[in-house]
Amino acid sequence: MPEIRNYTLNFGPQHPAAHGVLRLVLEMDGEVVERADPHIGLLHRATEKLAENKPYNQSIGYMDRLDYVSMMCNEHGYVLALERLLGIQPPLRAQYIRVMYDEITRLLNHLLWLGAHALDVGAMSMFLYCLREREDLVDCYEAVSGSRMHATYYRPGGVNRDLPGTMPQYKPSRWKSEAEVERINADRQGSLLDFIDAFTERFPQRVDEYETLLTENRIWRQRTVGVGVVSPERALQLGFTGPMLRGSGVEWDLRRKQPYEVYDRLEFDIPVGANGDSYDRYLVRMEEMRQSNRIIRQCVDWLRANPGPVMVDDRKIAPPPREEMKADMESLIHHFKLFTEGMCVPAGEAYAAVEHPKGEFGVYLVSDGANKPYRVKVRAPGFAHLAALDEMSRGHMLADVVTLIGSLDIVFGEIDR
Amino acid sequence: MSEKLDRLAACLEQRFAGRLQGLERAHGELTLQMAPKDLTEVARTLRDDPELSFEQLMDVCGVDYMAYGVAEWATESASGEGYSRGVEKATSGRFTFDEAPAGGTWDGSRFAVVYHLLSVRHNHRLRLKVFCPEDDFPAVPSVVEIWRSADWFEREAFDLFGIVFEGHPDLRRILTDYGFVGHPFRKDFPLVGHVEMRYDPDQQRVIYQPVSIQPRVLVPRVIREDHRYLDEAADGRSTDA
Repeated sequence: MPEIRNYTLNFGPQHPAAHGVLRLVLEMDGEVVERADPHIGLLHRATEKLAENKPYNQSIGYMDRLDYVSMMCNEHGYVLALERLLGIQPPLRAQYIRVMYDEITRLLNHLLWLGAHALDVGAMSMFLYCLREREDLVDCYEAVSGSRMHATYYRPGGVNRDLPGTMPQYKPSRWKSEAEVERINADRQGSLLDFIDAFTERFPQRVDEYETLLTENRIWRQRTVGVGVVSPERALQLGFTGPMLRGSGVEWDLRRKQPYEVYDRLEFDIPVGANGDSYDRYLVRMEEMRQSNRIIRQCVDWLRANPGPVMVDDRKIAPPPREEMKADMESLIHHFKLFTEGMCVPAGEAYAAVEHPKGEFGVYLVSDGANKPYRVKVRAPGFAHLAALDEMSRGHMLADVVTLIGSLDIVFGEIDR
Repeated sequence: MSEKLDRLAACLEQRFAGRLQGLERAHGELTLQMAPKDLTEVARTLRDDPELSFEQLMDVCGVDYMAYGVAEWATESASGEGYSRGVEKATSGRFTFDEAPAGGTWDGSRFAVVYHLLSVRHNHRLRLKVFCPEDDFPAVPSVVEIWRSADWFEREAFDLFGIVFEGHPDLRRILTDYGFVGHPFRKDFPLVGHVEMRYDPDQQRVIYQPVSIQPRVLVPRVIREDHRYLDEAADGRSTDA
């Protein structure tokens, strides 16, 4: 008998399949993983401590940078916790806009997840197709906030501004010919809502195309079926939320069970997996994209029919409009105080959770009555999911670890914070 | 929703009679406060009791109450000397290494550990708060045996606050750098940190040296007694405009 030695393998932090800066120390027996020890924190920026040294509204932009593929959902968690402490509720139109953008964000997240996951497992073309659709969605971000990624669009008490009536147009350049620009701009002649509506018309077919490429694909199934099986009991015990929990067959979705904003007025289904393996989690996320598309369509219809304010009319929380500020002394004072000092939030503590594309994104705020939070704690779904990687990868082959990392849908912005 | 909270509160009061240190209700959330010596047993009851059935531990969060209620701007009285209302630097964003923050208004224990629990079966949440008895060596029992998800969350609280979780199988630092000194989220840890890293061309390696950047925070920390909220708390109105 030859002597068998255990190897310790260092995976990352600079590895394309590590989805960022993950360093994994793997103890291997041949090609089988005995133990996985993820080393995280390489992207730790102390977001929470920085937020403790800033007025409340200045931290909204930091929230975008937590999970940098689902920006607005992070903002949503923070803003909800703040609203709970302030005891305010945004106008209905703002709630619909938030829900619509949350779902657009879910599509953004799941598209990037699908592309990167498929790329890791070996399906090169998926990444290109997914980024094609993402392009239209980041244009929606840009139209409403001026930024394609870090939008900083939500505010306590509503959203920064109403949806624009026109879409920005592409111009011909060295990289885009006249004909191509005309094709791209065809959908952009109307308002933002028209553009989103046109997107939701074609998107379900695109999801079908992705499924044609993967769902029955033999290689895809060989790589994902039966990999990283988590029973419902273990999933609860490990703190799983979102698609990870639903993939294991637990029907739990905050949008349905603890509805926030207007989710209780919208129709959508919650897909649930049966086996709790990577393949089921893939199916759950694919179906979630279709459901998000459905929600966006309902929001577009409602938003078209119901104009109205998108921000609370409380000058201690929302700044006055520019015209008012120029003409009215009191408005000027309110404007000045809001932008120099910010708002003082009544003492207390609140935890608000949203159904983030990756799971439960919670923000725990402690206030001592100051204009800055006393303590901010971000409960990132990916943190709990990655903690389970050790348990999930034991007994699997090295190549399956890559599938598992993809299936966990981790982003280091939120795990390391 | 409120009926559900009533039921949960009544159930908790009944289960933990005599050991309860506090049961607060605010913003539609329940906060249960317990002593660390009871924590393990309480956590087990919270998970296993069919009426409570908190299967999921969502979050473990350390809190340092050292600077609670500290402000940098006098709001009660106007000064006769123009812009001199700015009080001396008092928060971690403004001081450097050997300076300590001004004492806050908090008179209880300095460190607390806050657990957020969720019951999937009954669809309710609970916040469990435990204060560490000693300020110099904050320690509470670990709940890893009860909820596996506590593993990394407790490591994080240990890393950032120095709270020791007794019985944790693998209490290592998790977010900070290898060889990091100190617990960065404590209120007496300056925002600019202690050391910075740079490449030293003479020694031809990366070295650590004391920080050279100046602490700078633009907006002072201000606490205002906002009477709107006091009035509203009294007659239970909401600020919805």
